[in-house]
This record gives sequence, C-alpha cells and structure tokens, in this order.
Amino acid sequence: MATLQFGKGIILKKSNNTINNSNNNCNNNCNNCNNNGKSTKENNSQNIIEIKNVSFYYNETEGLPAVDNVSLNIKRGEFLAVLGHNGSGKSTLAKLLNGLLVPDSGEVLVNGLSTKDESQSINIKKTVGMVFQNPDNQIIASIVEEDVAFGPENLGFTPKESRERVESALKAVNMWEFRNKAPHKLSGGQKQRVAIAGVLAMQPECIVFDESTAMLDPKGRKEVMDTLLNLNKNNNITIILITHFMEEAARAKKIAVMNNGKISAAGTPKNIFSDYKLITDTGLALPQPTELLHTLKEKGINVDVSAVNTTDCIEVLSKLLLKEKEA
Amino acid sequence: MIKDVSFGQYISKNSLIHKLDPRLKLFLLIAYIIFIFLASNAYSLLFITAATFFILFLSKISLKTYFKNIRMIIPIIIFTSLLNALYSGGGTLLFSYGFIKIYTSGIYRACFMTVRIISLILISSVLSYTTTPTDLTDAIESLLSPLKYLGLKNAVHTMAMMMTIALRFIPALIEETDKIMSSQKARGASMESGGLIKRIKALLPILIPLLISSIRRSYELAEAMESRCYNGAEGRVRMKEMHFINKDYFSFAFSIVVFSVTIILNILF
Repeated sequence: MATLQFGKGIILKKSNNTINNSNNNCNNNCNNCNNNGKSTKENNSQNIIEIKNVSFYYNETEGLPAVDNVSLNIKRGEFLAVLGHNGSGKSTLAKLLNGLLVPDSGEVLVNGLSTKDESQSINIKKTVGMVFQNPDNQIIASIVEEDVAFGPENLGFTPKESRERVESALKAVNMWEFRNKAPHKLSGGQKQRVAIAGVLAMQPECIVFDESTAMLDPKGRKEVMDTLLNLNKNNNITIILITHFMEEAARAKKIAVMNNGKISAAGTPKNIFSDYKLITDTGLALPQPTELLHTLKEKGINVDVSAVNTTDCIEVLSKLLLKEKEA
Repeated sequence: MIKDVSFGQYISKNSLIHKLDPRLKLFLLIAYIIFIFLASNAYSLLFITAATFFILFLSKISLKTYFKNIRMIIPIIIFTSLLNALYSGGGTLLFSYGFIKIYTSGIYRACFMTVRIISLILISSVLSYTTTPTDLTDAIESLLSPLKYLGLKNAVHTMAMMMTIALRFIPALIEETDKIMSSQKARGASMESGGLIKRIKALLPILIPLLISSIRRSYELAEAMESRCYNGAEGRVRMKEMHFINKDYFSFAFSIVVFSVTIILNILF
C-alpha cells in the first residue's frame, strides 16, 4: 500500500508545474514573438513534433529526471517506434507529446505550438491523439458509436458532422458493424480499435500509441498493429509507437531507444538491431530472428546480422547453407 | 458468471413503447404515478389499472416478466393490506377476536391499496424494461437542462457525465470484483462461512483493492478524456439528437385521455 502511486505521482507534479509555467510562459512568449513566423514555416514543411532539450521530473527533490535532456524531431508521416524497458521514461515522453505533461525545461513544439501555452491546449490535443495501454480505461460511453463521438462532441461539431466523423473513423478501423454494441462485450483488440477510432474521429495528424498492445492477446495485438500500419500508409497519419515488443518496433521506419530517461540511440530497425551491445545494455531483448543470427555470429559463423524479421532471416540462413554446400 | 449479468433491466423488443422518446417516457411515468395516487375510488383506480395493463400489452414483454417484480414486494403488500384491514372501521363487522376487529371497509381499503401498489410497480417496470440505461441518462440530462437558465449548466452536464461513466464502468467493476474474489480465495480467504461479522470482515480484502484500482482507473480515464479534448460542458455539442415523432404525440394524447377519464370517474362516483 505504501508503494501506491497514482500515475507515478503526476497529481503532485502538476501543481508544481503551474508555478514553473507562469515563469516560463513569459520567456516563451517573447521567444515566440521573435521567431514565430520563421519556425512555423519550417515546421509545416517537415517536422510535426519537435522535442528540444526536454527534461521532466516527477519529483524534483529526489533528483532523478524521468526524461533527461531529450531532443528529437518527428517528421510528418513518419512511423517512429520508441523502445525501452519499464521505467526508461518512454511513457513520460509520450505524455509530454500532447501536453498531458509539460516539460520542466526545454520545450515540445507541435506544429510550431509550444505545449506550455495553455491557450493552445485543445489545438495540440486535436493534432496529437493518444491511445493508452488499458482499453477499458479510455472508453467513456456504454455504446461504441457514442464513445467514438466523444471527441467530435467536445470539439463542438454539429451532430451531422460528428456522425460523419464517427462513421469514417469506425470504418477505418473495421468496427462499423459494432457501432451499437456495448464496449464490455467486445474483445481486447476490438476495444482498442474502438479507442483508436475515438482518436481518429478528431482527425489528428499524429497518433501516439502508449504501449497500446501490452495488455492484448496475440490476436488483438495483430489487429491493432495492422490498423496502425494501415493508418500510417493510407491516411498518412504520423505514428509514434511506444513499446517494449521488438517484433512491433521492427515494423517501424525509425526506432528511438530510451534508457534512463535519455535517448541512447536512434536509427532504422536494421541499424539498431545489428548493435547487439546497445540492445542488451538497455535491458531489451532482440527480435527472435535477429537474436538467432547474433548467436550464430558469436559462435564464429560469418553471417549478416541485419535481418529483423523471419522472412529476411530465412533468406540469410538459406544463402549461408547454400554457401556451405558449395564449399 | 457474474460478468453476464446485465445491469438495468432492459429487455430488447421491437415495440411501440420501446421506440418512444425516452424523455416522454420518463415524463409520462411520473404523470402516471401521480394519477394512480389521485384515483380515489374503485372505478377510477380500475380504469387506470386497465390502461396500465394495456401499456404492458403494447410493450410486447410477457406479463410473467412483469410479475417477477411484484414477487419481491409481496411483503410490503401484505404489510400495508394488514394495516389497512385492521385500522379502518366502518361497514359491517366481519370478524373479531379480542382487540382485532375487521370491517368490510377495511377489506375494501386493503384491496384498494393492493391494486394501487401493483399498478405503480407495473407502470414503473415498463420504463426500466423498455429503456436502455444510456437513453435514460440522456432523458434525465435533457429534462434537467432547463436548470441551465439558473446558472447550473455545468452542474447538469457533470451529473449526466457521471451517470454515463458510472453505467459504463459497472460491468468492468463487476468483472474486477470477480477477479479479486478469486485471487483472495486462492490465498485461502473464505467468504461463505462464519457469522455475519466474520463475513463482513471477509469483504474488506475485496473492497480495498477494488477501491484502489477504481481510483487508478479514474486517473487513467481522466487522462484519456483530456487527450480527447474534454473541457467540461464548454463548447460541447451532443451527437445524438432527440426528436418527437408521430408515435410520441399519439402516446401523449392517449395518456392525456387516460388521465382525464380518471379524473372524471373520480368526480362522478
């Protein structure tokens, strides 16, 4: 009971922030005046989210930051996976992206708007949607379509517009035929797809998945991953996938590895997974195919270790076997 | 399995009563309750009871289902009947034993009260059997909405939102209770044995984890709501619109006729 912390002590944190905020806001506003025009132009062309030297403390007196001086640019339409073991600060980073948490130092810019600016809060949350870990705790209404309508309703759309958004969102995640069902009668994967639809109905440019597959069975995980890849490819939505499943991260275009609140490496899946030491040092496990290749290499077999999925791995191994035969 | 127990008593049927606007149903239910109390003689009471049975018939739900609800209040019916039978004097004496004296008027009053209570229960069941909890919440929100002119807009909205969330989380919490009970049983807790005090004590290890997890849940839910641009009643527009259609006007007119006839019968006899 003594270890009970609600959301890792965020409640406590928020009150501190408001004090910090008022100070920081003054500086920010001045900064904004100077380079507002310039920076928004740049942002519109390339980066949807810019993280600049961001640090965040849950408890300043205890010293250790949850996110420690992180800088990262996320490009429009990108599919980025953030990897890290428990407590590496990846979930905190996720919450910093849409202003649920405000950085203690540095700043997060979404489409050039700082998350510190309270007046832009709705705009930022509309742009960067969030899908959380537990599907049960993010569905608000007891009928699927009413839950999906929650976002558009908050944004003040007319009933007709809301209805259209709900329809297209539910169709995008293949849940349209479930629109009149009660959420508690759905499977985990289906619930999580409803949650995705709820975010989609706000028509965001970017969706952050904060370990959204962690509580699902393999089937549900596949459903969510397929939906997510589809959204990235067909709807051109920027995807940020926070996860500790290597197989999922391997499907991203880019991976950032987090350790002790810092980004310890960033690059394509092939680059990241060929660095065996980096992965084991951060307390992660390689995807099984890559693990196999690394083990072979350790045993003295000269093999290319960059394969990150089963098909690539089979290809590498069959080539190797053919070579052996010839020799 | 506890999970399958449906909350509320909604029974899905395709009937006129099911399709009525929930606001109208709620309003008419209150009106029927008032007029059942207003019916002061046998004729008017029998008339409004007949109208109630007609409504039951329209709802396409079997009488057996309705009478299940009455079974639970049989003790109340017996108690009120006895009180009425014993304490009203008048008419001819039917039975006497020591201080107990039963008159004809007492029997009449007992029957009258019984019919009144049964009609009240039946008409109330119509609402709960034919309206989903969600619809009911919407109806309450909408009927309370005039309060916003008293500066209570946020209060009305908050109430409605709380009801919506409560309805949504009842099945989740039932499921969770089930899990906690199983895991406490696995640790050797016994919940079915012992006296009353012991059993109440055995509930504590279930209630405390349930409470803690509910708080954690509510925290996560708050973050999810915030992420979906929730800002209270401010600028919020509901997607679901409620309109009165012909059926509603017809039912309203029908009820007005029932109420008028009840009053006329009251005056005539």
